[in-house]
Amino acid sequence: MSAKFGVVVFPGSNCDHDAYHVLTNINGFSVNFLWHKQTDLKNSDMIILPGGFSYGDYLRTGSIARFSPIMNSVIEFAEKGGIVLGICNGFQILLEAGLLPGVMLKNKSLQFVCKDVYLSIENSNTVFTKLFENQKVIKVPIAHGEGNYFTDEETLNRLEKNNQIVFKYSDADGCINNEANPNGSLSNIAGIINEKGNVLGMMPHPERCSDPVLGKTDGNFLFQSINKFLLN
Amino acid sequence: MFKAKVIIKRRPSILDPQGKAVEKGAQHLGLSNIRDTRIGKFIEFTVDTTDESAARSEVDEYCRKLLANLIMEDYEFTLEKYS
Repeated sequence: MSAKFGVVVFPGSNCDHDAYHVLTNINGFSVNFLWHKQTDLKNSDMIILPGGFSYGDYLRTGSIARFSPIMNSVIEFAEKGGIVLGICNGFQILLEAGLLPGVMLKNKSLQFVCKDVYLSIENSNTVFTKLFENQKVIKVPIAHGEGNYFTDEETLNRLEKNNQIVFKYSDADGCINNEANPNGSLSNIAGIINEKGNVLGMMPHPERCSDPVLGKTDGNFLFQSINKFLLN
Repeated sequence: MFKAKVIIKRRPSILDPQGKAVEKGAQHLGLSNIRDTRIGKFIEFTVDTTDESAARSEVDEYCRKLLANLIMEDYEFTLEKYS
């Protein structure tokens, strides 16, 4: 038995099938693709905005996808407390849609960065991270050109005070420093959650480290945490 | 009909690594007086109405909601009659 997952497909999404594969073939969860021109969420219990380059990353990453017809339904769903996960480009879309605060700037190096990074779990008391309880550091790949999270000081203070920073870039020992920051992100931020705790955005790709055949499975705890929460 | 010309600039408080990198090129060219290079966007389009104030408010909404992200960017635009 599983909750119903919905994976939105924008023109230019390219991690939609990876997410689908992990949810069905690895976990046996029920999952539907949701085409961006639809407004029907097909009774999904949670929504994933996958990684990719929606609308060619034109103008600003995520800025055009944010106005796709399905996003009105996703915003309404989130406002009612529905669980929404944005991965990489999905995180950028959540920022543009105003479901999470802040913006993504170009990586400090100006380079597209594609490599495994370590994440320090800053908050394991969320719908998305409950099953990371016993882990302090996980290894997850990133692949982005615009992942340099920025927000004003007031918002950063609020994120910290409310424990909304869920993942920070760290070294293998969980030490959070400049050397471990792959893109110049403010405060090494890799993932944040909204105040209500139902919308998470993260630049790293958990769906790319969930299938044992790929050699690492740290990411799968995230999908299993969500499923466990939704079934309870 | 109006022609709108929009300029979008990064806010001064936002670092612009692209501008910095481009300015390195100026130094390599031997242009030693170039400082503070900042890269923005220029966007132009037409607005199909004869009502100038309606055109102005539509362009403003386009800028605010889509063309610029006000967390990191400022915008300005001009409108001129166009046929």
